[in-house]
Amino acid sequence: MNPIQLIWALISGALFGFGLSLSTMTHPEVVLSFLRFTDFGLLMVLGGAVIVATLCYQLAPRLLAKPLFGSVWGKYPSELNMRTIGGAAIFGIGWGISGVCPGPAIAGLGSGNWPLFLVVLAIFAGAWVQGRFFGH
Amino acid sequence: MIEQYFPNGIGHYLAGGLMIGAAVGLLFITTGLKGGMSTVFSSTWSFVSKTPFFQQARFTESRLWRLTVAAGLILGGFAWMLITGSGTWQTTIPWWRLLVGGFLVGFGARLSNGCTSGHGICGLASFQMPSLLAVLTFLVTGIVTAQLIARIGGM
Repeated sequence: MNPIQLIWALISGALFGFGLSLSTMTHPEVVLSFLRFTDFGLLMVLGGAVIVATLCYQLAPRLLAKPLFGSVWGKYPSELNMRTIGGAAIFGIGWGISGVCPGPAIAGLGSGNWPLFLVVLAIFAGAWVQGRFFGH
Repeated sequence: MIEQYFPNGIGHYLAGGLMIGAAVGLLFITTGLKGGMSTVFSSTWSFVSKTPFFQQARFTESRLWRLTVAAGLILGGFAWMLITGSGTWQTTIPWWRLLVGGFLVGFGARLSNGCTSGHGICGLASFQMPSLLAVLTFLVTGIVTAQLIARIGGM
């Protein structure tokens, strides 16, 4: 990991955080209003993000031999098994209780949504229990 | 019709979503890296925990850029606040729901190896069928949970 790549990671993260803030995904109340079917805005956020990300993921490796400042095109490996599905089910329950998921929990700290600090700590705790006792 | 399903409008949702997609795409085009936002909660433990699980190469070799992306997220939220002059705003969701929900989010996302951004954006954009099933699963359990809480009088 060279410094140029880390700078791009910082820029990408900042754009991600700006988008999460602009779309009010850093407000748990807005996420919960989607899950309760009173405001379907979250579908626009997810849909818009997936369309642009798909274009980039699918086109870039066809147009460029390698990443602009890297050596290999990465993959997103996901496996079909009980951990993937069972974990997603548990994740969804936590999402429905708190209205928060990992990206917005971090990004919300930047705009002073301090209670999300509790969520960040709790996510760290959950990730530790998973890795320590259910790691694979 | 639009007002009924989108009482707060569509524009800022769509613009934010396109920006998030562009961020994921930019990271890929510049560095070749793909990843959501939940792995950093495991990979960061590799700095302090000797548990073999956290010392896997997939965490130790990615922990630096994942933490950098996370720092960027905070920076982006801060920039948005400065640019829009919106001031700070705090959620009123009760603390115990943030703690309990957050714990399950962390445990579940790491067991599943992905979250809303991992499976939901990176996985779907990579045409990963397991990610699509994971997304449908957490949408269903999230909707059921939130509706049940609303039914018993919670926000």
